[in-house]
Amino acid sequence: MNKVIKNKNSETISFWYDPDKRSLVYQIGAAFLFAFVAWYLVSNTMTNLERQSIATGFGFLNSEAAFEIGESLIEYSAADRYARALFVGFLNTLLVSFIGVILTVILGTFLGIARLSKNWLIKRCAAAYIELFQDIPVLLQLFFWYAFFYEMLPSPKEALTPFKGLFLCNRGLIFGIPQEHPVYKYMVIAVIIAVIVIFFLKKWAKKRQDLTGKPFPVIITSIILLIGFPLLCWVIGGTPTDMSVPILKGFNFKGGLTISPEFAALLLGLVLYTAAFVAEVVRAGIQSVSKGQTEAAMAIGLKPGQVLNLIILPQALRVIIPPLTSQMLNLTKNSSLAVAIGYPDFVSVAGTAINQTGQAIEGVLLIMIVYLIFSLSTSAFMNFYNKKMAIVER
Amino acid sequence: MELHAENENKVIIKPPITSIGIIGWMRENLFSTPFNTILTIIIVSVLWISIIPFVKWALINSSWLPDANCRGTGGACWSIISSNYKIILFGFYPQDILWRPVTAIVMLVSLLFISRNRNFWNAFLGYSWLISLMIMGLLLKGGVFGLEPVDIEKWGGIILTLLLSVFGLTAAYPLGIILALGRQSEMPVIKTFCIFYIELIRGVPLISLLFMSSVVFPLFLPEGVSINGILRAQVAIIMFTAAYIAEVVRGGLQGMNKGQFEAADSIGLNYVQTMRLIILPQALKIVIPPSVSVLISAFKDTSLVVIIGLYDLLKTTQTTLSEPKWMGFSAEAYIFIALIYFVCCFFMSTYSRKLEDELNTDLE
Repeated sequence: MNKVIKNKNSETISFWYDPDKRSLVYQIGAAFLFAFVAWYLVSNTMTNLERQSIATGFGFLNSEAAFEIGESLIEYSAADRYARALFVGFLNTLLVSFIGVILTVILGTFLGIARLSKNWLIKRCAAAYIELFQDIPVLLQLFFWYAFFYEMLPSPKEALTPFKGLFLCNRGLIFGIPQEHPVYKYMVIAVIIAVIVIFFLKKWAKKRQDLTGKPFPVIITSIILLIGFPLLCWVIGGTPTDMSVPILKGFNFKGGLTISPEFAALLLGLVLYTAAFVAEVVRAGIQSVSKGQTEAAMAIGLKPGQVLNLIILPQALRVIIPPLTSQMLNLTKNSSLAVAIGYPDFVSVAGTAINQTGQAIEGVLLIMIVYLIFSLSTSAFMNFYNKKMAIVER
Repeated sequence: MELHAENENKVIIKPPITSIGIIGWMRENLFSTPFNTILTIIIVSVLWISIIPFVKWALINSSWLPDANCRGTGGACWSIISSNYKIILFGFYPQDILWRPVTAIVMLVSLLFISRNRNFWNAFLGYSWLISLMIMGLLLKGGVFGLEPVDIEKWGGIILTLLLSVFGLTAAYPLGIILALGRQSEMPVIKTFCIFYIELIRGVPLISLLFMSSVVFPLFLPEGVSINGILRAQVAIIMFTAAYIAEVVRGGLQGMNKGQFEAADSIGLNYVQTMRLIILPQALKIVIPPSVSVLISAFKDTSLVVIIGLYDLLKTTQTTLSEPKWMGFSAEAYIFIALIYFVCCFFMSTYSRKLEDELNTDLE
């Protein structure tokens, strides 16, 4: 009683009823609980590791891997170190994600537009595709395509040839590529230079249009530059036309480029699955721009191309890009399912390393760190994009 | 009367035959422009050349009876399903007491069916869910009322898939709500911890968590204690799903009007009361459709446990396929389980869309 009166007089509150102090107590409690659980797990782990005499730390990265990897972008042999093996896996993950993302965006955009087509048949087909591929687990789809390559396709001797120089058989997809020549390296550099030139050209053109009102045909010039620069390189380099064509020798093909069944199945499964989700994203984006926008743009005299470029796309993209990036990230994360069909991606190589060294904690930690880097850089990009694209309200 | 007479004299002009009926519909929807006509023709021909052989393969030349000899018929071998459906659907569950999992699944499906109708959503349904889940567990596990006990290790096929997804979501939902509330909280320590957890889990693939459950979790436990693989995978799935649920629930919390919090404060409710009585009932209602999407992904994602060697629907199918007799019939087997997954997911997604329409109270 006395206490309550005293509180009232001095306008202070008892300790427990002060929200600030109370939240402090909660937080200290939570921190202690967390620390206790962490300590408990770590101490258990330490005893277990000691008992099973498993080494700790990342020292194993420097020891010999002693296992082969089926596919590699860089030179690798079983005598190399674990670090290099993991790097091979990392590059494979990057490769399949990169190609997968490009194909997914193309296919998804087509499907999304088809989903809104005025043609009843196309609309229905796109809708059926989206529903079907969204509702089947991606792992099952991967297994299906893997079985498709290994069981349903013929042997190299009876390989299917839908086009001349392209073979489809249970050894994968084999096709001819240009014979190696130093010119191709320079052509790649030429493309990069063209992109840089176009970037500055676009800036300059916009500046000039803002100042003088004169438009500059940026798109046509860009296309000419993109094709022209490498073409020029090729002509100067002596127009090499030799092709490396696959030829059946014994039980397999020699020459050309072979895409392994594992890679093809993984890519096919991931692209077909993710494209169904991207299609929905694209559809929602296009539908989000109200019809009045198109009509208003046409009313002020813009041409159809300009309407699309200046009015529709900027608004639709603002809706499309955020969920699209998260789908791209999903594709990258789902590429870890490669381990199930034997494509040597990062998770698969790390899994082998875990089995060989027994250092499970380090292995799982490495996997998590790699994927966290992917997702954190994506979300950093997203924040940047959202800030740039946010509608400036007046 | 007069009106009628007048009408008789009028000539009623019908719309031209080309713009009504089936011809009109086709003109408008299939052949409206030359471009559309070309597209229609292409699609029809593609469908024609792909569907005819498929129908021949799947229906006409196929064998359906168990233990039929399929080799060399040129058609689908559905016998792989009719001969092995018990293994594929129920794994190594003792075959003479399959009535128990069947009853459990029937219970689950009928409960889901009842729950479809929003008029039945009340406390009673909630309790029946809890009780039924317990009964289902007892039915599967046995050991009471004279039921023969069945080791959890033997639960396989669709039982495992359903167990992982249903229990995964039931346990992940409360955890997700707590995480979401933590993320919205004003206490920095708790907020940081929740953000850290959610972003960490959402940033890594489920497979890394499953790896963790199979190789790292055993190290966490004190000496002599071990948990079986299914429960460890279940924990990983719960941890994973909870992070996604948390983000969904956060969306609902952020959608709440500030006035609701202020009103609750002004009538003197404390934090727990505010959340339990005012905020969560409204916020959770908004997020029902996205929660169903999380359920669908969780259901599909349970198939990943095949990678750590658990006998879910996918693994039992692969076991069947590895028998010499059934080697080479992957397409049939995979199509069969794809159909199971598709039917389940399709119902869920249709339901979520229906619910979204019902709950959408916006004025058009």
